[in-house]
Amino acid sequence: MNTSNGRRQFIKAAGAAGLLSAGAGLPTLALAQTAKLKVGLMLPFTGTYASLGVAIANGFKLVVQEQGGKLAGRELEYITMDDESEPSKGADRANQLVNRDKVDLIVGTVHSGVQMGIVKIARESGVLNIIPNAGVEAATTQLCAPNIFRTSFANGQPAFPMGKHVADKGHKNVVTVAWKYGAGEESVAGFKDSYLKAGGKVSKELWVPFPNVEFQSILTEIASLKPDAVFVFFAGAGAAKFLKDYQAAGLKGKIPLYGTGFLTDGILESVGNAAEGIETTLHYGDGLNAPRNKAFQLAYAKTFKLQPDVYAVQGYDAGLLLLAGLKAVNGDMNRKKEMYAAMERAEIDSPRGKWKMSKGHNPVQDMFLRKVVGTENRVTGTVIKALDYPPAAACKMPV
Amino acid sequence: MAARQGRLGSQVDIPSFFIQILNSIQYGLLLFLCASGLTLVFGIMGVINLAHGSLYMIGAYLAFSLSEHLGSLWLALPVGVVLAVVFGAVLEWLLIERLYKREHLHQVLLTYGLILVFEELRSVIWGDDVHGVSMPPLLAASIALTDTLSYPVYRLWMSGVCLVLALLMAWVLLRTRLGMIIRAGSVNSEMVQSLGINIGVIHRIVFAAGVGLAAFAGMLAAPVSSVFPGMGNQVLIICFVVVVIGGIGSLKGALVGAILIGVVDTFGKVLTLEIAGVKILPELAGMSIYLLMAVILIWRPEGIFGKVRS
Repeated sequence: MNTSNGRRQFIKAAGAAGLLSAGAGLPTLALAQTAKLKVGLMLPFTGTYASLGVAIANGFKLVVQEQGGKLAGRELEYITMDDESEPSKGADRANQLVNRDKVDLIVGTVHSGVQMGIVKIARESGVLNIIPNAGVEAATTQLCAPNIFRTSFANGQPAFPMGKHVADKGHKNVVTVAWKYGAGEESVAGFKDSYLKAGGKVSKELWVPFPNVEFQSILTEIASLKPDAVFVFFAGAGAAKFLKDYQAAGLKGKIPLYGTGFLTDGILESVGNAAEGIETTLHYGDGLNAPRNKAFQLAYAKTFKLQPDVYAVQGYDAGLLLLAGLKAVNGDMNRKKEMYAAMERAEIDSPRGKWKMSKGHNPVQDMFLRKVVGTENRVTGTVIKALDYPPAAACKMPV
Repeated sequence: MAARQGRLGSQVDIPSFFIQILNSIQYGLLLFLCASGLTLVFGIMGVINLAHGSLYMIGAYLAFSLSEHLGSLWLALPVGVVLAVVFGAVLEWLLIERLYKREHLHQVLLTYGLILVFEELRSVIWGDDVHGVSMPPLLAASIALTDTLSYPVYRLWMSGVCLVLALLMAWVLLRTRLGMIIRAGSVNSEMVQSLGINIGVIHRIVFAAGVGLAAFAGMLAAPVSSVFPGMGNQVLIICFVVVVIGGIGSLKGALVGAILIGVVDTFGKVLTLEIAGVKILPELAGMSIYLLMAVILIWRPEGIFGKVRS
């Protein structure tokens, strides 16, 4: 009795809500240009990547704040959707944002698997998608689209310069270790691409199932192979554990360790001196001396009482990119073609340095060499300037 | 044997082989510690506790907080275990007690809900950052095994502790009056009750002990694994594989299952195996333990030491 009663009430309530929202929908249509711009923030707000989601959202909102709460005259309304970094629900949730919430664009996300779901919906619906982190290469190569832009990196992009650097250092043979999933595989491929060309040899590729963090057998194998150097891809907690295990196994100092910046970003406080001196490559780092970066760091710290990281920068750039597009069309998102053309042309004045979009809509950006000093990833140089990777030829942009 | 026909990786020299065996056993023992609580609660009370992994995570976070406040892991371990056992008893009294007579679906729903609650609580209390727990200085050293490889003393000590706990559990279950009552209760709880024993108290003890074991495993692993959100979910899945392989409710099974998983996981990652030009290992290392489970379930659907239920 009770349950059927409850169900009936629920249906009534749902019906009422439907009527209300239908009524509310009418004036919105009539006032398309002055109405609030609906931004779907589809990011991880719980789970392993929660802190990344928050940093990205903060970075994005900082742009809006700097513009006085409006982008090209449009006020913003945020619809937040926690994607939990759960790939199986990616497409469903993106679909909800597009068809239920009627968002004007989706800013998201972090996890490459979830991103594939968003890309699918963006391609089907034509809704603008700005990717503030996920590096899955297909999004800007085989699956590239006029309405999909990335402000972060492609997975192989930070690894490619490391191959060059390791070869330049004179290391002749290398063992690679990575998580066996998209980001790990594309990262190792990017590294090998430049390292093999420079005459290096990969004596063995070792893989760890994602997100497993039991490395002892891998370390034993590295010790018995005795390569000149090791290239790894791990991130977050897995990276922290790998660094500590590598040191405990006595390998640190005997066989040099290299990786992309994700190996040492956001975890240096938790690993003691296990990361000291390790070199990584990334599109951002500590001590980037540009006044632009300093101004950004100050503004971010003041607003959110937190120190910004690379993810905050990527979120910030997502905001800058949207701003560039909206300005070109006076905030009218119906003029898609003009808006996207402006975004393709835009030079993003990012804290990491100025960059532009590649043909596949991925940043063409400088790749820095960083070295761990204490709890900082200090930038020590630029390995490759304006790197466009993977080659944009892989993208056949649909018209 | 199939490996012989293919090409099995050649770099595994004799010392490395023994070190890998050591790695397998050490990993297996840690898995056992976590899986034992799961299999006991499952076998004795018939409750599927999906939140077991979350309790492992809570243990790790307790180790992080307590060792900061108390100054050392030595103090954090006993205090943390006491807290976890009390927490387990309260949890049983508040929620789990209502599940014994319910079907498995209800148990799964409630304990899955607990995973979400515990993750959220963890986020509120400790935040979402990765933390490290420092090892006690006494165990922080490494022993040189070859010219390039050393073995962390902490890992050896951890294996020793797991072994001692395994023996202790076996002794309690097989040689004490409490153990006898627990075993009897798992077979026929009404009969035990009619003999004047309060089975509710027994269940509370077993569940609290299970929580204590999960949390202790988390605390023990914290210095080597770091402390991070969602760490319990990874462990939970492997623990279920261990329990299913060994036979639900069997402590001996959990030990054998855990060591087997340790061996397969360790060698699956480093051997190279190619059959007819198709790379099988280490490309498919992630599947190896599940293949092992499938093979064992075909051979013995009730698990290696599982009892056939009529």
